[in-house]
Amino acid sequence: MTAITANHGAIAHGGAHDHEHHDDGSKTLLGFWIYLMSDCLIFSGLFATFAVLGHNTAGGPTGKELFDLKFVFGETMLLLISSFTFGLAMLNMHAGHRGKVIAWLFVTFLFGAGFVGMEVFEFHHLVVAEHAGPSRSAFLSAYFGLVGTHGLHVTSGLIWLLAMMVMVGKFGLNDAVQRRLSCLSLFWHFLDLVWICVFSFVYLFGVL
Amino acid sequence: MFGKLSLSAIPFHEPIIMGTLLMVCLGGAALLGWVTYQRKWGYLWSEWFTTVDHKRIGIMYVILALVMLLRGFADAIMMRAQQAVAASDAAGYLPPHHYDQIFTAHGVIMIFFVAMPFVVGLMNLVVPLQIGARDVAYPFLNSLSYWLTASGVVLVMMSMFVGDFAATGWLAYPPLSELKFSPTVGVDYYIWALQLSGLGTTLSGINFIVTILRMRTPGMKLMQMPVFTWTALVTNILIVAAFPLLTVALALLAADRYLDMHFFTNELGGNAMLYVNLIWIWGHPEVYILILPCFGVFSEVVATFSGKPLFGYKSMVYATAGIGLASFIVWLHHFFTMGSGADVNAFFGISTMIISIPTGVKLFNWLFTMYRGRIRFNLPMLWTVAFMVTFTIGGMTGVLLAVPGADFVLHNSLFLIAHFHNVIIGGVLFGLFAAVNYWFPKAFGFKLEERWGKASFWCWVVGFYLAFMPLYVLGLMGMTRRMNHYANPAWQPYLIVAAVGAVFIAAGIGFMLLQFVVSIRNRAANPDLTGDPWGGRTLEWATSSPAPFYNFAVLPKVEELDQFWADKEHKRAYPRHERYADIHMPRNTGAGLIMSAFGTVLGFAMVWHIWWLAIAGLVGMVGTFIVRAFDTNVDYYVPGAEVEKIERARLVPLHKLIENVGPASAGEKVA
Repeated sequence: MTAITANHGAIAHGGAHDHEHHDDGSKTLLGFWIYLMSDCLIFSGLFATFAVLGHNTAGGPTGKELFDLKFVFGETMLLLISSFTFGLAMLNMHAGHRGKVIAWLFVTFLFGAGFVGMEVFEFHHLVVAEHAGPSRSAFLSAYFGLVGTHGLHVTSGLIWLLAMMVMVGKFGLNDAVQRRLSCLSLFWHFLDLVWICVFSFVYLFGVL
Repeated sequence: MFGKLSLSAIPFHEPIIMGTLLMVCLGGAALLGWVTYQRKWGYLWSEWFTTVDHKRIGIMYVILALVMLLRGFADAIMMRAQQAVAASDAAGYLPPHHYDQIFTAHGVIMIFFVAMPFVVGLMNLVVPLQIGARDVAYPFLNSLSYWLTASGVVLVMMSMFVGDFAATGWLAYPPLSELKFSPTVGVDYYIWALQLSGLGTTLSGINFIVTILRMRTPGMKLMQMPVFTWTALVTNILIVAAFPLLTVALALLAADRYLDMHFFTNELGGNAMLYVNLIWIWGHPEVYILILPCFGVFSEVVATFSGKPLFGYKSMVYATAGIGLASFIVWLHHFFTMGSGADVNAFFGISTMIISIPTGVKLFNWLFTMYRGRIRFNLPMLWTVAFMVTFTIGGMTGVLLAVPGADFVLHNSLFLIAHFHNVIIGGVLFGLFAAVNYWFPKAFGFKLEERWGKASFWCWVVGFYLAFMPLYVLGLMGMTRRMNHYANPAWQPYLIVAAVGAVFIAAGIGFMLLQFVVSIRNRAANPDLTGDPWGGRTLEWATSSPAPFYNFAVLPKVEELDQFWADKEHKRAYPRHERYADIHMPRNTGAGLIMSAFGTVLGFAMVWHIWWLAIAGLVGMVGTFIVRAFDTNVDYYVPGAEVEKIERARLVPLHKLIENVGPASAGEKVA
């Protein structure tokens, strides 16, 4: 109804207005925390599903027969170390060392990719060698559903890591890049936390 | 190459569907042709489709909801017609397979694609204005949310003509919704349409929580927010807390159907009641997600049209928060008959009854607000009064159903159908219609005319009672829901009355459309020159109608509840300013629309098992997002001089007006 448009009368985004910047970062971080809580609820739904279906093996293999704790411990270590290296990337970000940030992000990426690789190997082993794929029983559906969702999250994190490495290289450590790195850092540590729960409730309780 | 998709997916043999398809094609072609003829594509693209302005996104949400209301109502009247005739030996005109799709589509569309976009659209339009903000926290995300909802709509509408829709009931309970019993693509359309739009809704929820918590104008404390904003805050918290569970339930159902898993199947350890629990842990908060903002609307309307501050503001806020909390501990009342035992059922029965206490508090607050007020019976107030009567009846039948013993008798009967239509039409829909009439001038700069509006109002109210009161009786007589045909001739008279009610509602919808047409045509007769057509109390009425794209040239200072009312009383509303600062605004972007288009492709490809296309859709979605992330040209400044020009054009005549008639009544007298 009005002829006024959002593109009308635009002037270039100058440096003179930095004092009233559109997003000071705190808004984004608050929103990202809320997103993480909603994601946490997705995992809580999957954990609840696992709790309900965990014993419904339908005559198929149980966790005790399938899980190799040493292997999973190795996976866990890779993910925990990647969280530590991400922390180093963040420290370098605050210190303003652009090159080191990219380097540590890359190290984080390698550990994360190693984690996903091990998980894919484990899934492959279960499906092919053990004939214990997700369609074998409700227990295995719940197992693959929960662990797989976590794996998909880590994979998205890897894509995000790649994008951030390019972004740090291209734009340097400006406000937007720092804000996004902070969000990714929260995301990465959150996935670690979820994995600790997966390791405890799925694998440790599974072999008991 | 095309998965399960072939030409046989189009139901050529169904005359009703083909007739509808023809109408949709003709109507669509006419619309597209008209836009092309008027050379409006550029305008639509740059001003609407790519907009990040919360007001315009809000308007698009409401238009989407109204269009889908027509679709959902078409389903409703077809069901009413079928049940009015299909007694004893008569089979009616709808075969069971088609009828089952219709009642499923009716429920899905009315909840997900009418009520939800309507409510989210209202929050978009109103919340930033009420808290004195210039936009929402994440304008791009807001546009993405809208277009994701639209892509869910596209999938649902497409299911009518390509393939079929779920024939499972609106919540797609397994095992019926499993591949074994629903082998066609119907349930898949259902899953992907809801996943896409659900993602949009979750993002909206996050967006509005941050907007309300972080972007209030200087001085506005939480307990000084208008009640509608409070209800919006609680609603969005519910959205963020509930929708992830819907995502989980649907994802697991999809895993069952696509990957041969066994979450909810009958075989190999699956547990169908797990799905029912998960979906209702989302589903019960969902009904409060719909009703709470409408409670907010009624609170604004009652205070404004009674010319008094809202009675019991604080109790209203606490009641809203209380209902929000309690909504998470009642879900099991949807399936008392599951057999969880008397103790569990007693807990959920009592917690359900407790919800009626804060709701009752609200009702008394509205009544006390009206008590000794100078009530003006404009349309928003009429809808509010109709709500108060109707919703009370619906609430009482709800408490009745909360008694597990009674529920064992009434479960799945038409009594239940009557109950939830009683609260959703009498509560949510009446609230939304009150809101449309109330805030329309703020969105467009002129009021809706009242004559056709009142005709619509009376048809709706009378139609509602005619259509649903017989259903209570039928429920008590033992008629269950979702019947394509029935043998008991004693039910038929009641169903004929209900069908007549549906015809009244059809007239109500028709008059409402007429009301829009007439109002737009005669818009010069009903202008809102002051920005405050009703003598409002809250900040959205302090700016012009329609609000400028930056909402407020200077952010208003707030020291009390109903600040704008106080400003008018003390003759300090509409302040003049010597200088205007540059205003920082987000730039329009098509990224949200493009991502959602890829999302639609992804959904469609998943429905039909066209894997390469699904991968392309996913890559397109993620890729567009990454490209958008690398775009640094996302905002701009409106020069102060331009702001000054716009503000002057409004304030100079406005001040003349106020000198003549006085500030508090300027709005009413002029408009």
